[in-house]
Amino acid sequence: MDAGADMASEWPLWEVFIRGQHGLSHRHVGSLHATDERHAIQNARDVYTRRKEGVSIWVVPTSQITASSPDEKGALFDPSDDKVYRHPTFFEIPDDVGAM
Amino acid sequence: MSVSGLIRMGDNTLVLAQRLCEWCGHAPALEEDIALANTALDLIGQAQLWLELATEREGKGRTADTLAYHRDAWDFRNLLLVEQLNRDFAVTMIRQFLFDTWHLEMLKSLSAHDDAEISAIAQKSAKEVTYHRERSTDTVIALGDGTEESNKRMQGALDRLFPYIGEMFDNDDCDLTDMAALRSAFDVHLSATLDDAMLTLPQSDFFHQGGKTGVRHTEHLGHMLATMQSLPRSYPDAKW
Repeated sequence: MDAGADMASEWPLWEVFIRGQHGLSHRHVGSLHATDERHAIQNARDVYTRRKEGVSIWVVPTSQITASSPDEKGALFDPSDDKVYRHPTFFEIPDDVGAM
Repeated sequence: MSVSGLIRMGDNTLVLAQRLCEWCGHAPALEEDIALANTALDLIGQAQLWLELATEREGKGRTADTLAYHRDAWDFRNLLLVEQLNRDFAVTMIRQFLFDTWHLEMLKSLSAHDDAEISAIAQKSAKEVTYHRERSTDTVIALGDGTEESNKRMQGALDRLFPYIGEMFDNDDCDLTDMAALRSAFDVHLSATLDDAMLTLPQSDFFHQGGKTGVRHTEHLGHMLATMQSLPRSYPDAKW
């Protein structure tokens, strides 16, 4: 159907973030098309919270997201490969502290 | 307390849900497709509650499934509006908007019903229908105040379905509440929405009737039921 192709070009893309029942922060769950913010929230509700996944929805225009370039992956992320001392794994955690 | 009043609520929601399900996989956008299916599922859930209560009160050993799958068109008590064909998205959304607007006022009224079970079903359903109405209202405004083509189609859909509004407010002894009393709140939301949507309400007092009494359903209902009922009628012992 051509209608689908038209829709993709006419309706902007939105990124959807949902905070779950016991989640502390909103998590990215996917993206969808919608005509405006209000429509995006409604669509997010219908597409991503049908099974009680969430208690709060954020939508962000995809065009507003600045992403790192895959070409820069090496320079950005490889240097941390051999910096094990940055992980807090060398500390003994007292039992009384409980789950961290 | 009228069993046929309960059956009317059940049949309205059941028949409209079946109509909406016909869009599944065909709606103009994936998001709208899922939204229509969600609305349909809400309505099927409500139909189940109304029809179960009806059969309980009737006490003849029938179940919600018996009513849904083993009655013929003339035994259905739904409004003529909800059995109308989907045709295009404009007709589907105007039908949905008119029904949602009536439905929400109806459920608000039933939420205060003396019968505790009726009021419980109404209160649960009203939450779902508040969202249905918000969504269909926004769609009517977006498409009415959209392009020349979308405005033309929405106006055409409104003209086509306008004669089915009157039946929603036509009172008789089987109704669960005073239907005529719902009209003023319905009209307020209708005219505010149509103003924003750049649509004009036709002026006429004529309306089709015979759905909620069952005496004159349109020919569309029988075809729809044939599809909906074929499986349980062909395989009466099937379980799902």
